[in-house]
Amino acid sequence: MGLLDKQFTDDNIIITKVEDLLNWARLSSLWQMGFGLACCAIEMMATSASHYDFDRFGVIPRPSPRQSDVIIISGTVTFKMAIRIKRLYEQMPDHKYVISMGSCSNCGGPYWEHGYHVLKGVDRVIPVDVYVPGCPPRPEALLEGLLKLQEKIRNETLVSKTA
Amino acid sequence: MKNPEEIFEILKDKFGEVIIELFSDKPTESFISVAPLEIDKVCLYLRDKEGLNFKSLMNLSGIDDANGEKIKDENDNEIIQGGTLSVFYHLESIDLKHKVTLKVSTDRENPEVASVEEIWRAADWHEREAYDMFGIKFLNHHNLIRILMPYDWEGGYPLRKDYQNPEFYKGMKVPY
Repeated sequence: MGLLDKQFTDDNIIITKVEDLLNWARLSSLWQMGFGLACCAIEMMATSASHYDFDRFGVIPRPSPRQSDVIIISGTVTFKMAIRIKRLYEQMPDHKYVISMGSCSNCGGPYWEHGYHVLKGVDRVIPVDVYVPGCPPRPEALLEGLLKLQEKIRNETLVSKTA
Repeated sequence: MKNPEEIFEILKDKFGEVIIELFSDKPTESFISVAPLEIDKVCLYLRDKEGLNFKSLMNLSGIDDANGEKIKDENDNEIIQGGTLSVFYHLESIDLKHKVTLKVSTDRENPEVASVEEIWRAADWHEREAYDMFGIKFLNHHNLIRILMPYDWEGGYPLRKDYQNPEFYKGMKVPY
């Protein structure tokens, strides 16, 4: 992306674009909202733990939506919860990103037909950037989803938010 | 330790008409059918009577028997008219190591059952769940409100066999 390869022989100067710098900073410290819903949350916690180590991508759980950059919807979204998710999303500062993790929050999952209480996809209440398939997805799949999100952020411009 | 037949005899002697029938020919455990508005008195007796000591309510659950007449409404959806809704009570005596199951059946159009919440506090949330899912009204329950569905849910009682999903809830589309 042109950060390090344009390094001068003098180690203290890097030439880059503001956009690239901001995007690089943004994608390298995606603070995640400490928020789990169902069995996907167990996998999310496993991803955060030492073996898969979310922290190496700069993902740290934050206890407040006001300090978070990304919210991982990890599990079944019931109608009761959907209202709260919408409020949490609105409380997050821009730029904010959403990863929908697992079949339930992608499309309703096993509750798609007879789940009278389940919202059939979290994208009915908030915009989703990356969908991670699986039931639940393995930690590798969630990491892949995060890398996809980073890829999206890397291509953002100052003019408009694309991710 | 008493078997359901002995318990049925004790209850029959004490309450007479209130105790309707003992079902022991089912593949499941045998159960005693009781009048819905007298179930609280029967339960209090079962809990406190020497030799019965049912101190524990293991489970309380509602059931839609769906034994009414199936008719089509104006939108061509099948609905059930008449028939009954039931509540099952699974009691256990931990001291005497015996169990008993009670059943009450109540009218589907106006389902009313006496609450046993004062007798076992465990019944509080169980009765709220039965109310939430089937619309069974427990008389004298101190706080009979929905427990799982949203408090302002107006789509009906979801575990009834003729339940139809509403189109929208608070602007969110409900069907897939």
